Amino acid sequence: MKILSTTGLKKYFPIRSGVFLQVTGYVRALESTDFEINEGETIGIVGESGCGKSTLGRTLVKIYEPTAGTITYYDPLGASHDISKGLGRDVRQTFRKDVQMIFQNPFDSLNPRMTIRDIIREPIETHKLFDDVAAMDERVAELLTRVGLYPEYAQRYPHEFSGGQRQRIAVARSIAVNPRLLICDEPTSALDVSVQSQIINLLKEIQRETGMSLIFISHNLDVVHHMSDRIMVMYLGNVVESAPASELFDEPAHPYTRALMSAIPSWNPKDRKLAKVKLEGEPPSPINPPSGCPFHPRCPHAMELCHEIKPEPQEVNDGHLCACHLHARADAEVAAR
Amino acid sequence: MTTACERILTVSNLKTYFRTPDGIVRAVDDVSFHLNRGEVLALVGESGCGKSVTAHSIMGLVKAPPAKLEGSIVFDCRELIGLSSSEYRKIRGMQISMVFQEPMSSFDPLYTVGEQLMEVAQAHMPWGEEEAKERIIETLRLVHIPEPDKRYSEYPHQMSGGMLQRIMIAMALITSPKIIIADEPTTALDVTIQAQVLNLMQDIQSEYDGSIIFITHDLGTVAEIADRVHVMYAGKIVEKASVVELFDNPLHPYTAGLLASRVRREYKGQDLPYIEGYVPRADQFPEGCRFNPRCLRATAKCRELQPPDLEPAPGHTVACWLYEGGDGR
Repeated sequence: MKILSTTGLKKYFPIRSGVFLQVTGYVRALESTDFEINEGETIGIVGESGCGKSTLGRTLVKIYEPTAGTITYYDPLGASHDISKGLGRDVRQTFRKDVQMIFQNPFDSLNPRMTIRDIIREPIETHKLFDDVAAMDERVAELLTRVGLYPEYAQRYPHEFSGGQRQRIAVARSIAVNPRLLICDEPTSALDVSVQSQIINLLKEIQRETGMSLIFISHNLDVVHHMSDRIMVMYLGNVVESAPASELFDEPAHPYTRALMSAIPSWNPKDRKLAKVKLEGEPPSPINPPSGCPFHPRCPHAMELCHEIKPEPQEVNDGHLCACHLHARADAEVAAR
Repeated sequence: MTTACERILTVSNLKTYFRTPDGIVRAVDDVSFHLNRGEVLALVGESGCGKSVTAHSIMGLVKAPPAKLEGSIVFDCRELIGLSSSEYRKIRGMQISMVFQEPMSSFDPLYTVGEQLMEVAQAHMPWGEEEAKERIIETLRLVHIPEPDKRYSEYPHQMSGGMLQRIMIAMALITSPKIIIADEPTTALDVTIQAQVLNLMQDIQSEYDGSIIFITHDLGTVAEIADRVHVMYAGKIVEKASVVELFDNPLHPYTAGLLASRVRREYKGQDLPYIEGYVPRADQFPEGCRFNPRCLRATAKCRELQPPDLEPAPGHTVACWLYEGGDGR
């Protein structure tokens, strides 16, 4: 059963300048994107900074209003609602309860003036899950235990905890209302290596217990591979490749995906590989993206065609989409034979 | 026996303590190591392990008092602890220079990058304005900045993070220092840009024959760039080894835990291995071995006494009681 789907979702941020703040251009953060997530599924979104992965996550939870395209939300009874133009009164409560989010930096995402109890209790109160205070406190204690902290921590303030512990508190808050979909925006990037795995294991455990879906946004390919059933690779606001996790790693189709993978350190001092990475240059600005394929200025295989026409995503294998002219040509050659 | 002078840097029994309202923070606690000429030494550890404070102590950036600085730092036959600030200024930036983690916040947004590089050049080098500018542009070209003469008069906000990081490396290089201390130089960068910056540092190191202290929490980058590795935990160096030896045969339970925490593809569908617990706060280091509350092999002795540096294999030292009687198995 689907939870969220989008067609042609776009997000442009206007750039205003001058005395009258006229719109003089756009940051094309997210280009036309089709997306779908089912119950119990984990979708990973990878890409470098500025590729639009966080914009996609935030547009899906309606932190940003989409510029174009539709977002469809399927409530627990299976009815579909078009929420691209705003959340109607009838769906707001269920949508806000169903879709929760965890942010990157647990030092910023927890209010320093609130106790842990208040932080975790806030969503429970908002959604009126319990009537009396005692039941609510019991739920807070249960959640703290669930994420591996002591219930006594409820009286404390965020500054008394380490980064890993704070991220656990953020997880407790997000699962307090039993969401069906949890969007995790770089949840482990600000954490120490030894703590990162703890949070990943915790998220996986909770997912196994509750059957919730995850959208896992990260720049770390290894972590995304571990978490996800499907991975979408983004570059300059475009989804350039999307495939089942293992297939993406075994047979990356897009030149950018291959470059990303070759840049992962080997962890083997006898076989140093970064010197062999051949990707030159840096991602261009989304204010003034290149014509044609967004990756062509850095692509080692760029052809004439890539400068002019933007490739559409097409299936290179079952459930494996790739937006690259090289694959279109391979197909055409096969067809010609 | 090599004397201290053959080595470019020898740090012995360095202690850097800070007094805070919550008690004394022993950020660096009795740390000794050396840096050979022309080598890349990696200091690895998680946040709060004292790796950056060690670097700042060497650079003379820790103000003592109020901080307490003890021990000895011998750079090129010269004791640095106790130098006056004007004497230190002749070394800092000139003979030892530093590359910081956050390229975006390390530059002054009000000056062009050229002006900021010029400030360094004029403070340390006997060049006239024109020669300095020429050399700066030459250095910018060396770190692969496209169109360096145009970039010279641009402002930091006009550059990307990767480009600014390379300009910061250029700034550290302009005086041809004997040591470059790079404090998490690639942490804020994307993977593809990280690869470019690491390659650049390697090229420069082999060309200049300078030494690099590379500070990071990421063992993946350590494997790519270091000759020797020192692992720090809670203000102490717990293990020292060559990079190959460390990855092949990690001795300290903490090092082994860090290496095991790597997210491997084979682990998909299983729980990831991890180290129990959290890094202790700097004012609350435990008694005995500081890793003991998180260590699966801790004994009563570990909870009481701090382990000394033991050398179970030549050139491979570890501060862990397990190796007291031999190989620890």
